[in-house]
Amino acid sequence: MLSVSNLRATVGETEILKGLTLDVPAGEVHAIMGPNGAGKSTLSYVLTGRQGYEVTSGTVTLEGEDLLALEANERAARGVFLSFQYPLEIPGVPALTFIRTAMNAQRKARGEAEITAPQFLKLAKAKAAELKIDFEMLKRALNVGFSGGEKKRMEIFQMAMLSPRFLILDETDSGLDIDALRIVADGVNALRAPDRAMLVITHYQRLLDYIKPDRVHVLSGGRIVASGGPELALELEREGYDKYARAA
Amino acid sequence: MVAVKKTVEHVASLEKYKHGFVTDIEQDFAPKGLNADIVRFISAKKDEPQWMLDWRLDAFERWLALEEPDWAKVSFPRIDYQDSYYYAAPKEKVGPKSLDEVDPDLLETYKKLGIPLREQEVLAGVVGSPKYAVDAVFDSVSVVTTFKKELAQVGVIFCSMSEAIREHPELVKQYLGTVVPVSDNYFACLNAAVFSDGSFVYVPPGVRCPMELSTYFRINAENSGQFERTLIIADKGAYVSYLEGCTAPMRDENQLHAAVVELVLLDDAEIKYSTVQNWYPGDPETGKGGIYNFVTKRGDCRGDRSKVSWTQVETGSSITWKYPSCVLRGNESSGEFYSIAITNGRQQADTGTKMIHLGANTRSRIISKGISAGRSSNTYRGLVSAHPKAKGARNFTQCDSLLIGKHCAAHTVPYIEARNGQSKFEHEATTTRLSEDQLFYAMQRGLSQEEAVQLLVNGFVKDVLQELPMEFAVEAQKLVAISLEGSVG
Repeated sequence: MLSVSNLRATVGETEILKGLTLDVPAGEVHAIMGPNGAGKSTLSYVLTGRQGYEVTSGTVTLEGEDLLALEANERAARGVFLSFQYPLEIPGVPALTFIRTAMNAQRKARGEAEITAPQFLKLAKAKAAELKIDFEMLKRALNVGFSGGEKKRMEIFQMAMLSPRFLILDETDSGLDIDALRIVADGVNALRAPDRAMLVITHYQRLLDYIKPDRVHVLSGGRIVASGGPELALELEREGYDKYARAA
Repeated sequence: MVAVKKTVEHVASLEKYKHGFVTDIEQDFAPKGLNADIVRFISAKKDEPQWMLDWRLDAFERWLALEEPDWAKVSFPRIDYQDSYYYAAPKEKVGPKSLDEVDPDLLETYKKLGIPLREQEVLAGVVGSPKYAVDAVFDSVSVVTTFKKELAQVGVIFCSMSEAIREHPELVKQYLGTVVPVSDNYFACLNAAVFSDGSFVYVPPGVRCPMELSTYFRINAENSGQFERTLIIADKGAYVSYLEGCTAPMRDENQLHAAVVELVLLDDAEIKYSTVQNWYPGDPETGKGGIYNFVTKRGDCRGDRSKVSWTQVETGSSITWKYPSCVLRGNESSGEFYSIAITNGRQQADTGTKMIHLGANTRSRIISKGISAGRSSNTYRGLVSAHPKAKGARNFTQCDSLLIGKHCAAHTVPYIEARNGQSKFEHEATTTRLSEDQLFYAMQRGLSQEEAVQLLVNGFVKDVLQELPMEFAVEAQKLVAISLEGSVG
């Protein structure tokens, strides 16, 4: 589904990704693990089209379509979703308004009809119940005054509402206590489907106990330096990243 | 792609000022320039009584002795007051009695503006249309006045100022110039001498005005100053909500607009005054051609427990100089000021309010949201003062500025004076830059950059938008979006 080939990217003058190659087939969940500063967050921003992250060479395609040629919102309309490590606060804009605006913008870009208010509310109520989110919270300004755990849960809620094809979870476990982690993981697992793929970016193995990856990649020094099955995550947990930091 | 093509067309259409066109209606001009004879000409044109002419001439004499103020944080080339027309009216001998008598071009203008859809229904007398009374001011003379009958039934007088001078001289004499004195300031004084027309409202004791009163102002004549004068009187226990909205056609000459609005409130009266201002802001690169908007608006809470509320959405004009104020004279009277001021391109705005607490236990509340984009400058200037007798006065001020881009400026200039020991004033102010993180967050969810800016800005101004009457709020929200087109990226 997602195919990244020999990707190089810079932020300012600094090259962060140095020839990264990665394939995530439909239906699979891949984990990206790596030490701090390895380029994990940069990868998520490059894939989603953030300004200031300059691709100097290489390709990124989603089901054959060149993602790099598209703006951030165009990628979103094609089903690319990023669950942020630090979700932003949007003062004065209720969560429901924000999500509905986003959903309709995506639909419009795909040439689909807007969702009606009753349809939207019905969907929102169902998804909120699944994620154990108090519906009243969705009427408040998005993420304003929310706890870290609530913000992360709100990311997964948005993901469930927008129903993307390719999901990127950037350090989704950070700031979550064990109960919140379980709820979030359940939400993510509910989205696993044969026509979806996920990239789970994490520093710790803990999250992978709840979201079982099909493949694990080690990102170090801007490149994938090792790949393997779920057992690779456990090895990293035991032995740390030192070996790979040297390899890079 | 259809979506892309649509976007391109949409953006292209927005590049032109939406309301930039000139209606071709023959004008009846006063000669160019300003002197006592012009004042006499205006007064004669309007068939005014001698006392009104004397009042104007007195104002003109005082104006000659005044200096143009220079304390506001705005700069512009010196205005040549002799290079302007001071009277321009659509060519009609007498005011029309019904819609059929109105110049079709004029009605077409309203259509083009897109604003008066509901008003057009009202004007057309569509059954079941919302009850808005429109006193449309086309350049200088009120051409359409509706719903007079229904208003008359409850004793509300809503007419043009010219008509009020003829039909209700006792009320005009009693109140005109008592809130904003003739020589209050340079521009108000100029207005007193040459005011062209405006609206007059009187709501009798105990009457709740059965509909929102609404006026659309529009500057149309080439190079003619626009000097509206509005007087609203709410007698004891009366209530009225008044809406004022404006658009103007595109042109090259700077246009001076110096309006005066006076609100008089007796015991237990309440006036809600809402403005959406969308005058031509000038060329975004050079600032050329925009409107100069130098307005004096003041509400005088003469009666105990009276309440005045100003809500304004200021998106237009090249230069805005405007401080809708509240004189809280009556005990327990209260004043509110809710403001959204948006500047883009080369616009300059120096706006705010004055809350003058004179009576005991008076209250005021100020919520100001300033947004600057492009190379614009946006200043909030506000005075809150409590006089020795204003024991127990309370004020809450919240003043937020949002910066979009790197070349704009926001300033906050609060003046706070408490002359007794029993007043409580609170002032909160924030300045934030529209964050690139927030923009990316919204774009990652599918919003285009413009849509993301709109959403974030609408969130920022929400507290004020919700103070507007609902239909007005919808228009205002669109206007906010249009004003900031192209401000990012």
